[in-house]
Amino acid sequence: MTTALDAAIAKPRKQFGETFLGRLWTGLTRSPAGFAGTVLVLAIVLFSFVGPLVIDQDNPTDTTQIWTSPSAEHWLGTQYEGKDTFTILVNSGAQPIWVGTLAALMAVFVAVTLGSIAGYFRGRIDAVLLQLTDVTVTIPQFLLMLAVVAFFEDIPPWGISIVVGATMWAFLFRSIRAQVMSLKEREFVEAARLQNLGPARIVFREILPNMAGFIFVNFVISVNQAIYAIVGLYVLGLMPSGTPNWGLMIHQSWGQNFYLNPVALPFVVAPLIMIVLFTIGLVTMGRGLDQALNPRLRER
Amino acid sequence: MSDRTAAAAPLLKLRGLEQVFDTKKGPVAAVGGVDLEVRAGKVLCLVGESGCGKTTTARAAAGITRPTAGAVEFRGKPLADMTAGERTAYRRAVQYIHQDPYAALNPTRTVASTLTAGLKRHGLVKNRAEARAKAAELLRLVDLTPPESYLDSYPHQLSGGQRQRVNVARSLAMDPELLICDESTSMLDVSIRVSLLNTLGRLRDDLDVGFLFITHDLAVAKYFAWDGEIAVMYLGKVVEHGPTPEVIGNPQHPYTKALIGAVCEPDPDLARANQAAEQLRSAEIPSLTDLPAGCAFHPRCPAYEPGLCDAAEPALERTGAGGRRVACHVVARGRRTDDRTLTLDAVPGSRRPAPTGAADDPNQTTGAAWSA
Repeated sequence: MTTALDAAIAKPRKQFGETFLGRLWTGLTRSPAGFAGTVLVLAIVLFSFVGPLVIDQDNPTDTTQIWTSPSAEHWLGTQYEGKDTFTILVNSGAQPIWVGTLAALMAVFVAVTLGSIAGYFRGRIDAVLLQLTDVTVTIPQFLLMLAVVAFFEDIPPWGISIVVGATMWAFLFRSIRAQVMSLKEREFVEAARLQNLGPARIVFREILPNMAGFIFVNFVISVNQAIYAIVGLYVLGLMPSGTPNWGLMIHQSWGQNFYLNPVALPFVVAPLIMIVLFTIGLVTMGRGLDQALNPRLRER
Repeated sequence: MSDRTAAAAPLLKLRGLEQVFDTKKGPVAAVGGVDLEVRAGKVLCLVGESGCGKTTTARAAAGITRPTAGAVEFRGKPLADMTAGERTAYRRAVQYIHQDPYAALNPTRTVASTLTAGLKRHGLVKNRAEARAKAAELLRLVDLTPPESYLDSYPHQLSGGQRQRVNVARSLAMDPELLICDESTSMLDVSIRVSLLNTLGRLRDDLDVGFLFITHDLAVAKYFAWDGEIAVMYLGKVVEHGPTPEVIGNPQHPYTKALIGAVCEPDPDLARANQAAEQLRSAEIPSLTDLPAGCAFHPRCPAYEPGLCDAAEPALERTGAGGRRVACHVVARGRRTDDRTLTLDAVPGSRRPAPTGAADDPNQTTGAAWSA
């Protein structure tokens, strides 16, 4: 009798639904909106990252095919050089998505690390970091980006990530710090302190998991903001125009008045639709994530 | 003090403990000079109405807050003088059980994770399997059986009583010598309360754990601390302190009498008899920022004597044998003039003024403010 019992005690009874990823999945698929958002985001990510590997990359300039309407051969017609618009669209998504994600990752990482240190330890380090965010917040983000991009002409994509991430962390830092300050007064944190669990364990295992939903949602919003910023830089024509990019497409449509040409409609609208769909997908997925990671909203 | 209590050195000693908080309205002396001792395997019950400084005392004793004056001594060593190593040992030996079983458990951690965190941190277990076995053992100790059905539960899947047991189990993981229970049973319903008290009583008797037990419920105090002591607190001071049977059976201080008189009595005859006891002159608790002169209880005290009670603060003095201490001018004078007969009832003017309607309504008694 005891062997079965001991075995049950010795082995954590972890079904898929109880692991972190399992919880994430359950939460994302539980509400219809969260599920739809996840599907949308996944679809666009697959479209932009797997798509370029699947489709025929041969897309020559063809002066006989300038501005044709959608057809079986050219699903979204062709653009001003006679190149296939659909191929360009497929190739355009990857860069804004990975640059935006990298920027958001950096911003969230910096904000969470510094925010929890400042909120938990307070004192001088808190005062210094708070001053730093005050300075960061007062600098207009987009102007800083413009200045940096104009200064370093050949800025690589990851450089853009750093610039965007560096301007985004301050707001999140403030809310993380405030939440840590509030959570740290909760009794379960006091109980952990009374057991001498150590600040690292208390901050990262006791406090931060309680904010996981908040952090994930903010990450998703940051990805969105970063994509806007990067696309914006491209639209203004401040970025090197080598890599195909949603922003570059909009820049061309705008700068060369393509939007006045009815046949050019697919070329003008396609990147906008991609950005809007990706935004909607991210926001609805964020709501689902919040439910997945907030224990009060989680299914009992 | 009797030979029984003098035999063992106190585990925890509060010496002139004071805790003053600075607020916008001025300094608030939440605890104003408390001297108490807790011994191994014994219970010291702190009772009193809300805001009287029970929890502040407990938090200072647990080392959560630093007292503004006085000292907390553990095994004769003041907390402030401890080295880092001694402090770690104190942290392990003295555990604190919070009042709210819902707030004291991290909602994102399973029971096993909560119970084993301290074990792992302090190297009390070698590996995961051992930690889990120990956690299961702790759950059995607090009657959460079979343990394997609770180990992987999250707090929101447990009831209030189960959560409080997990709280207790967590504090027991450290093999504590002293448990500080801050109203640890007040959020539980009555049947669960008794079984948790029995669990705690087993720890007291079998493992020789000392208890600083805080409650506003005299019935709980009586049940759990019958073999121990009760200290009655009023506005940051201990007004009466002694062995539980004596304090409950023969209260001396008018405030203790009022507390005992306010306990709900299901028997209507007894209830009427209780009604005949002293009524407080006011149910209003004075503000801590503006304490009354002299005895802090005098604006409410039925035995109040102008010129005596509002002149000087009464000291907590020994009265009789058994380590009984009372802080009351009237009781002290009664003892001086006549050791045996003059009790509070004989003091002129202390008779109940018999408020007509109020006395018939049990919710209107002076105990209402206290039990709320």
